Order: sequence, then structure tokens, then C-alpha cells
Amino acid sequence: MSFQEVTGIYPKAKKVPSRFRHALGKHRITITGACNNCGLCITLCPYGVYKAGARRPKVIAEHLCLGFSCCENAFYCVSRCPVQAISLQLNPSFECLGDKRWTADLLASAWHMAETGQVPYQGLNYKIGDAGGGFDKIRFIFPKKGSKEIPDMEISTAIELNRSGDSRPKVSIPLPFYLGGMSFGSVSIVTMLARVRAAQALGTFCCTGEGGYPEELIPYDDHVITQVATGLFGVREETIKRVRIVEFKYAQGAKPGLGGHLLGDKVTPAVAAMREAISGSALFSPFPFHSVYSVEDHKKHVDWIKEINHKALVAVKVSTPTDVDMVAVGSFYAGAHIVQLDGSYGGTGAAPDIAKKNIAMPIEYAIPKVHTFLQAEGIRDKITIIASGGIRTAYDMAKIIAMGADGVCLGTADLVALECIRCHHCESGRGCARGIATTDPALTKLMEIEWATQRIINMYLAWQHQLTDILKHLGMRSVTELVGRFDLLAHLDYIKPEEVEGELN
Amino acid sequence: MPPKYHIKTAQAPNRFQAITRSGVIAWEEGCLKCPRCVKKDCVYQVYEKRGLEARQMLDSLDTACKDCFRCVQGCPNKLIQKGLNPQYKALGDHYWTPEIISVLWSQAESGRIPVSGAGYGGPFSGPGFDAMWTDMSEIVRPTRDGIHGREYISTTVDLGRKVMALEFDAGGKITTTVPPLVEIPLPIIFDILPWSPPRRQITLAFLEAARALGTFAVVRQSEMNAAIEEHLSNVVLWVDGAVNDLTDELLKTLSLIEIPDGDHVMEMQRLLKEKNPKAIVFIRMELNPTASERVIWLTQEGAEVFHLVANEYGLEKGEDPLFIKERMREIHGSLVEKGLRDEVTLIASGGIAMAEHMAKIILCGADALGVDIPLLVAMECRVCRRCKEGVACPVELEGVDPAWGAGRIKNLMAAWHNQLLEVLGAMGIREARRLRGEMGRAMFFEDLEKEVFAPMGKRV
Repeated sequence: MSFQEVTGIYPKAKKVPSRFRHALGKHRITITGACNNCGLCITLCPYGVYKAGARRPKVIAEHLCLGFSCCENAFYCVSRCPVQAISLQLNPSFECLGDKRWTADLLASAWHMAETGQVPYQGLNYKIGDAGGGFDKIRFIFPKKGSKEIPDMEISTAIELNRSGDSRPKVSIPLPFYLGGMSFGSVSIVTMLARVRAAQALGTFCCTGEGGYPEELIPYDDHVITQVATGLFGVREETIKRVRIVEFKYAQGAKPGLGGHLLGDKVTPAVAAMREAISGSALFSPFPFHSVYSVEDHKKHVDWIKEINHKALVAVKVSTPTDVDMVAVGSFYAGAHIVQLDGSYGGTGAAPDIAKKNIAMPIEYAIPKVHTFLQAEGIRDKITIIASGGIRTAYDMAKIIAMGADGVCLGTADLVALECIRCHHCESGRGCARGIATTDPALTKLMEIEWATQRIINMYLAWQHQLTDILKHLGMRSVTELVGRFDLLAHLDYIKPEEVEGELN
Repeated sequence: MPPKYHIKTAQAPNRFQAITRSGVIAWEEGCLKCPRCVKKDCVYQVYEKRGLEARQMLDSLDTACKDCFRCVQGCPNKLIQKGLNPQYKALGDHYWTPEIISVLWSQAESGRIPVSGAGYGGPFSGPGFDAMWTDMSEIVRPTRDGIHGREYISTTVDLGRKVMALEFDAGGKITTTVPPLVEIPLPIIFDILPWSPPRRQITLAFLEAARALGTFAVVRQSEMNAAIEEHLSNVVLWVDGAVNDLTDELLKTLSLIEIPDGDHVMEMQRLLKEKNPKAIVFIRMELNPTASERVIWLTQEGAEVFHLVANEYGLEKGEDPLFIKERMREIHGSLVEKGLRDEVTLIASGGIAMAEHMAKIILCGADALGVDIPLLVAMECRVCRRCKEGVACPVELEGVDPAWGAGRIKNLMAAWHNQLLEVLGAMGIREARRLRGEMGRAMFFEDLEKEVFAPMGKRV
């Protein structure tokens, strides 16, 4: 099934530039006073870096500049400038951006995809980060030359979420991902709506997180996953009845075993009303479910949801402890359709650093363990495994599928598309200074819904192109053929390029 | 149930401004004097509150900035940039990294555990303690109340030798002599510093903090003075000179005495215990490839507590040294195998730099641990090691006010204590004692890599 067949629509990428005056890029261009405003650079540059100005051209989009590798081109403005007024440098601020997992290159790549819907051409590494292990050390082994090329339209990136064979509806999504839970309170209503609307446009789902079901989401019911988490904030019968997928959140990868904590500052009257709490006072989401102390209790939970909504699929979100394989088996026997494994390097609005770094295992270990174990149990085909917690790129997504997941759940990547800069200060004061993870009325206004929706759509369309490309290279017609293909992956620490037949990428 | 252990914290401001990762570079030249300058829009008001710290010539802009880049992106003439701070990069070394040092500073200042938004941004794994993860339990564990509210998670551990069974005579009277045991409410003692400026004030800060926390600081015999004698109830006396130089009176007041391992170590232990039967003797031993045989032998000879010491990088002695967690796993494991583990106490020191290292070294078999350099860092040490060369300390540690220093150390320990609770809570463990050697609740890099990544590309 192609993307179009599943969605019946084909969302298109539209140019959506940065909402800030200057987008951040790798390079910095300066035009000196020697400029005679001849306008040659404006005519030459195919990327639209310059715009006409009164005294000299204006540099309006440094981030679109090809950089030093442009020197080979006939249109290289620096050498073509008749008065040598243009100089190109690395942007000094760029090296302050990002971290080992989300490098400045990955951030800028995501921004580029969100702006244009295309993969970046500026020499940015958009495939891996600099974490020195896991995804960043794993490469696909692509056959040296593809046999016969499969046309894009014949390659399906769709997956089925209900594989149980029960009487509940089949739910297909055209891309192997949905968007993870971020509660109203931890992010603004604009962020929340943009994510849900993007999910609708892409034919997939977006989870509400644990903070209630704002009325603004009702038009998008068919693309909402509502979450039942330990605090039961905002959970009502009518919200459970409204949706096609209900998710139980047992644990979160960033703070496994620790529950949630919404700081008092973020509990505005609107948030409080939704959560049936008092504004200004901090809200704890306890750990664990006080009604669940065994797999049998867990089954009771799942049955309860199934009873309330006869059509909904049940997803179970868990973290990655050492016995993660047993947890997955338990979820299956309790009747879950989807088990989402949230790895330890996943996102959060606020969590103790000690938990984020140390508690539970990275998703790259958990998925292969669970996949292999469920295969041995003979139940792998009856349940959908969704991987989350540190999926940053289309390549990460493809790799984790090859490691045994059916699809992925995304969160941080969406926020980066909205120009999150990963300053790690979502939790302080009025919240996100860039207006994404905040409930502050003034900061919320920094972002418009249309703009934000399209940025997310753009980025994931670029992901879909990349995934299709990977499948094409591997000679596959469907992403479901990729599941569990460890033989197509190599970890650079354990395999030498000469041992591999094919090209590592 | 005993009252809940709680460490009181109070903001203890820096004497020197902290060195931050990056700084703001703002040019005035070319400024358009916008009526609505981006500086006014700063969410954190860093430009409004701007000030210059005259002694160090540090701009408050750099310490208060939270890297949101709004001003960098908003200034019409692009006059504002961010730049990495070379001074920050130069802090410490490969082990005592700038990140570790700055996080220790902020915990010592505030007493709060480091919390941040967004996912972990560091490397996938690393050497030493970064090559392991701790477990969590999906459904069975104390509730969140255990960490912040009503329920009780104990971090108390015992120091001393334990008898495995009591014996009785025909009349039903206990014939076993039960050796002395000291309980500390936090599995931490303060250890001897590998280097420092003159220590007089520093030691007093350690002891004052140890008293407030209910734990102990190791103090050299050669350093004893009248001020320290005020704090004897929190001293582990390190016998770095002749035993005969110690007065009986002093020995009788001490509950913990530490002696170096050596040929006559058991004799020395007996001698000290004759003088003070209530004292517990620690045997200090530098970790090395034969440590585990030595520990077993001494345990069979009646040793009570081993203080096993690695260097400041967590490495043992010898060529191709093992990291402390590896050697501790081996020692713990061989004691378990011999059926001796519960009789003795193991304290591990060296290279413990973060709260997570505390949880991890306990998981690897230590009952308790010694902390050294982080206590200095709590008092703003920059791990420049100039003091080793006799050069003046840039943060004037030799003159530190013991009360302020103790406050900073208490804050740091409070933050570490709370982080230990987080780790214990996530695992569903209610006692630090039970964490010891629980390697089934740890995940090791080598094991996972071997199981998961090594076979890749090779399977059919």
C-alpha cells in the first residue's frame, strides 16, 4: 500500500521559513563597506541567501548557504564579487548549539527539513549524531548496486497497528510512526494542536500525554491517542470513547520508575481545570499505577478500557528495565495491541539528570532483545512493537525497525522542527523561551498553529522520502520487510568494512 | 520506624562566580539603537540585571544566560553571538570533566538535585561508571511518596564486622561476643584528599559537615590538632605514623580507626582493639590485581572493615589497571563465593565524582564509599591541581570559612542523598543495604554490546 492509498491524500511540503529574524546556520556571511551594490550576488545565488537592499544586498538566509564547498561552483559569490566585498566564515554561535546526541548539524538539518521538506544540501550530517555508540555507530549495509530499481510509488512505508487478529478494527498508518504524548501543561496548546493537525495530515496519530483532552482536539478525534497514566489526570469515560487508540503509560524512558512532576508555575488556571486540580500547585503523577501490582492487574486495566470502548486498540507504554522482554510478553498476554518501549534517552519536560542518563537501557538494546524473545515465544506477529526514546532521524527510525521494531513514536524531533534548540530549560521559570514547552500566555503567542503544523508535516515528508530511499536501496517494497533484519546492519566497533559485502551508510 | 533522615539545605552562594560553558558576545559598534531592542525581550532578563563582578572581571550576562538564542537570532544587525568559553573547557581533566565540576558547584550552592528538560544529551556510554545502567521496575516499587513524602527509603548502612549466628550456652545465655557496629545514615564517609592547599580550614569544614550529616571524615594522625579534637566523634583516625605516638586517651574516644594494610596489620588491629574494644578498625588497602585474595585471607583472620582505595581516576595500582567498579565486582563476588561477604564491610574510594557513581559502586559490591575531591569542588575547587605544585589556589581554599564550607558540603550531600533515593525508588528498593552487590539490577555495557550489537551483520 502506498502512502497515498492509505491516506487518500498526499500532503505537500510548503516553504515555511524560521519564525525568528535570522535562522541559525553553519555559516556566516559578511559584506563589507567595499560593496558597490551591483547585485551580482543576488542574481548568482540559487539558494536565495541574498535580497536587494538600499546600500548593499541584505543577507537574509545564511542558513541556506552551501558553505565552502560552493567554491567549485560558477556561482560562488565570494570569488565572483567584483570588489571582493563578501566573506564567508563558520558561524561562531553554531558550535555552541546542540549536544552529543543532537548535534548542531542534526538540529540544523531538522530545521532545514521543516522549512523546505527536503534533506539538507549544506554539508550537514543529517543521519547520525556524535554519541559514539548505539545508532551513531550503526550503519546499514547497502548492496553495492541495486538490482532493478523499484519505483517510489510501489514502495510502501505503511504499517498495521492491530495485528492481534481480534474483532477490533484494523488501523493502518501510512508512515511507520506516530507522535508521542506531550501533555497540555508541559507544552502549549499551539504545540499540541500543531502536532495533532500534522498527525491528521500525515494519516497517523498523536498522543495527548497525561494532562487531559482539551476540547480543541475534538475535531481531530480520529487521529488522537488518549493517554491513561498513573495520575489519571483528565481521564474520563467520554475521552476514552472518543478515540481509536488508548494508551496506558506505565513508565517514561527519561524518568523510568519516577512518575511525573508538573511544576506549580506551569499549572495555570486552564491546566488546572483540565486536570481537575488547583492552579499554582505542583502536580505529581505517582509511580506506579496504584491499582497494578501484577500482570493480572494489568490485564484488568486493559479489559476495563476495552469494555468502555469496544473499538479502540490498546497500547501500553513501558520503559526498558533489564527484564524488558518479560514486560513485553506480559503486555501481550494482557491483551495489548501495541507495546511501546520507551528507551532511556527519551525526551521529557523535566526530569532528574541522574534518571535520564542512568536508569534503564537505551532503546537500541531493548528492541532487539524484545523482538528476539517474542519471536521465540511465537507471538511476534501478533503484537506491534513501537520504539521510542532517542529516535532523532529517519535513519534512526529505519535502523530501529531493522533491529526489530514495527515502527516508532516521536516527540523531540517534532519540537526541533518547531525550532526547539535543546537548551534543556523547558522547566524553568515561565517555561520555554522559544514558546514551545510553555503555558505562559505571552510566550505561547510566539508560534502560530498553521506555521507549526506545516513545519512538522514538512520534516516528516522528508523522513518519508529518506525511508523510501533506504528501502529502495535494500530492494524492498515494504517497510514491513525490514523488521528484524539484523543482517543488514553493522556496528562499526564489531565489524570491519572489508568484512562487509556492500556499502556502509 | 526511625525518624526519616533529612538533610537541611540552605542556599550557600558562590564566593567566586562560576565559570560557564559559553558566553555572550555583543558588539556595540553598528548598533542601530532599536526602539525595541531584543535585549529587552530576554525571557530571563539577563540584560536588565546585568552586572560586572569586579574581582574576576566576569560579566553576569554569561552566568545568567540560558542559551535560548533569541537575542542572537533577533538582533537586526546580528551583533549578538554566543561563544564557547575556553576557561570552561580547561576545567579539570578527562575524568573530572567541566560538566561534572559545574554540576557539583550548582548542587553545593543550592542543595537541589540537577533537573532539566529534554532528553539526555550526553554520549551513548563511556569508560568506567558510564559503562553501566541501573534498573527500574515497571509495577512493583515504593510509590513516589517514598522519595518526597510519607514512605520510607533508608540509606543507612553499617560499618563493622557481623556475626552470622549467635551461640548460646546450656543455660541459654549468649556466648558470642558481638563486635561493635557503627551505623551511618548515608553510605558515605569523607576521605583523605589526594591533593589540596593547606588543609587546616578545609578539614574543619569536612568535620562540621560530617557532624551535621551523622557521618565521619578520615583525618591523618599527623594532622591532629586542638580544633580537630573538638570533633572526635566524627573522626576516622588514619594512623599514618607510629601507633605508639597515640595516647590511650585519644584511642579510647575514637570509634573508628584506620590502619594501612601490611605484614603486621592483624597484630596492629589486635593491639588497637585491646586498647579500645569498642573501636572498629578499617584496613586501608590500595586496590590491585591481588586485592581479592588478600581481602579473603584477612577476612578469615578477623578483619572488620576494608577501605579499598583507587586513585583519583578510579584506577587500581599496577600495569594495565582495572577500574574500581570492575575490581570491586571481583572482590565482592569472591567473598560471596567463599560465604564470607556478610561478615565484613567494604568501603570503596577513588574516582567517585557524581551521585550516580555512589549508586553504581554500591551495586558493584561496596557497602559504603569514600568521597574526596567532590567535597573540595563543593567549596568551588576547579580541579586545576595548582596546589600540588605549591601554586596559590585560585579560589583561596586554604582560607575557607569552615561554616560556609560545611554548608556547601551538606548541600551537595543532600542532593546526592536525594539522587540515591531516586535510583532506589526506580528499582523498587527500600534500603541502601539491599542495593549492595545487586548486579542483577544493573546492566553492563559489555554484556549488552556482546548480546545485541556484536552479532549484527553476521546473522542470516
